[in-house]
Amino acid sequence: MSATDLQLTETHPPAPTGRRVRSPRLGIRAGLGLGFATMYLSIVVLIPLAALSSKAFDNGVSGFWDAVSSPEAWAALKLTVLAGLGVSVVNAVFGTLIAWVLVRDRFPGKSLMEAVIDLPFALPTIVAGLILLSLYGVQSPIGINLAFKVSGVVMALLFVTLPFVVRTVEPVLWELDQEMEEAAVSLGASRLTTFRRVVFPNLLPAIASGTALSFARAISEFGSTVLISGNLPFKTQVSAVFIYGQIESDRPEIAAAVSVVLLVLSLVVLLALDGLQRWGRRRG
Amino acid sequence: MASATTAKTTAARLGLRAIAIFYVGIMLLFPVGLLFWRTFEHGIQPVWDQLTTPSAAHAFRVTVIVAFWAVLGNTIFGLVTAILLVRHEFPGKRVLNALVDLPFAVAPVVVGLSLILVYGPHTSVGSWFADHGIDVIFALPGMVIATMFVSLPFVVRELVPVLEEIGDDQEQAAWTLGASRRQTFLRVTLPSIRWALAYGVVLTLARSLGEYGAILVVSGNVIDHTQTAPLYVGAQYANFNPQGAYAVAFALAAIAIVAIIILNVLRPKERT
Repeated sequence: MSATDLQLTETHPPAPTGRRVRSPRLGIRAGLGLGFATMYLSIVVLIPLAALSSKAFDNGVSGFWDAVSSPEAWAALKLTVLAGLGVSVVNAVFGTLIAWVLVRDRFPGKSLMEAVIDLPFALPTIVAGLILLSLYGVQSPIGINLAFKVSGVVMALLFVTLPFVVRTVEPVLWELDQEMEEAAVSLGASRLTTFRRVVFPNLLPAIASGTALSFARAISEFGSTVLISGNLPFKTQVSAVFIYGQIESDRPEIAAAVSVVLLVLSLVVLLALDGLQRWGRRRG
Repeated sequence: MASATTAKTTAARLGLRAIAIFYVGIMLLFPVGLLFWRTFEHGIQPVWDQLTTPSAAHAFRVTVIVAFWAVLGNTIFGLVTAILLVRHEFPGKRVLNALVDLPFAVAPVVVGLSLILVYGPHTSVGSWFADHGIDVIFALPGMVIATMFVSLPFVVRELVPVLEEIGDDQEQAAWTLGASRRQTFLRVTLPSIRWALAYGVVLTLARSLGEYGAILVVSGNVIDHTQTAPLYVGAQYANFNPQGAYAVAFALAAIAIVAIIILNVLRPKERT
């Protein structure tokens, strides 16, 4: 539910220079607070991630590379990235469309639609996995069996990432000045041209944010895909499931190496997104 | 001419509406509705029986205990960190700000693996704790840390924008009038951020109750011991007891829906 909000609110306007304390000296309370925050963050997040990176390179760079480029690991990474990209593209299109309908259209049941969009963020991933398996599994009530197929994994990823683009595009559409569009239309532009030349450029940063967030989420996903994928190496095994398998069979170096690749992929995407937003704000 | 354009616009609008309803219906509403149907296929009594088996009840209890400590830790961390980030200047502030978001980039399974590598039974830290009679991994402490990791940014990220918006004028006024720091915090700062704080806490709680991947790795998934409700869902499905899985999944989904309703009530009404 709020990875989106959070990413969007991440930015801080610079503090007014007049109020800025000249010498960065903290009082005792603030100093203790900083000590506590640093310690908490270290114990929970930083030291474990440092240990992960160190484990990944236990056997040097070549060991890391051997682990990542083994056929099984490589197939899982390839599937993860390709499925993530495909899901992100579908989300970009349908997310924008749904956001548009939610903001600009009016119909009975719209408030229900508005409310259920957040469901995938709130539902535990294993519940999503169970739901998808009951829908597309062997006992599918609609006769579509996607269990142990790549398409089943993709459906699971589409389910859990559906809200991202909707929730990033919606606020921008609310803010968008409709007079610009009316001006374009009254000057003879068709609705399609108006959308393409006036609306779309304004939405692009938000669409990009939502798409990047859904990619980062898709490549990390575990709970919703583990049941439906059937965990078949070279076929339906995504990286998170591969990592879990390596942990279970007590090969932490291999698990750590692939984990580092996933982590770097997410960080690169999220940092690029952050850079894009800064660039957009400077421009706008 | 004009009416032809209007008709075309109307048709386009109806078309877009139809696609949106169809997509949301088939991707979201139908699947979630199916969960409810599968759960209550055989009536209410079997669902109740499944929810009250000793193992299911134990799993819910473990889930609540783990979520409680994670929410408590992240709420205190969130308050302290948000106030530091907004109200204070110190070297490394930008780094701290960036690091708070780091957990969102880490896959749940990777969270679990990272914790095992530090606190696991075969590590120096883990064996130090074991010598002092504390098991971290495959026990509650590890599960609490894993839950803290995955839900760490929520409270900070809800509080920072609100603290920025309210500014510190009122706090300064309170100090000037002789209020202590403690009084200022309790009577001035806290009341003005309480809704954002509640929002962040509900987000943290919802995420904590539903975590699967990270908990699966660090808990060992032992039934009647370290198995949480989400783990119970997966295990019961794998053990050919789909009714048990559906009943607990339904309960978790109902909690998620209540969380969404609370969040919608708490969300500032910025639009009509």
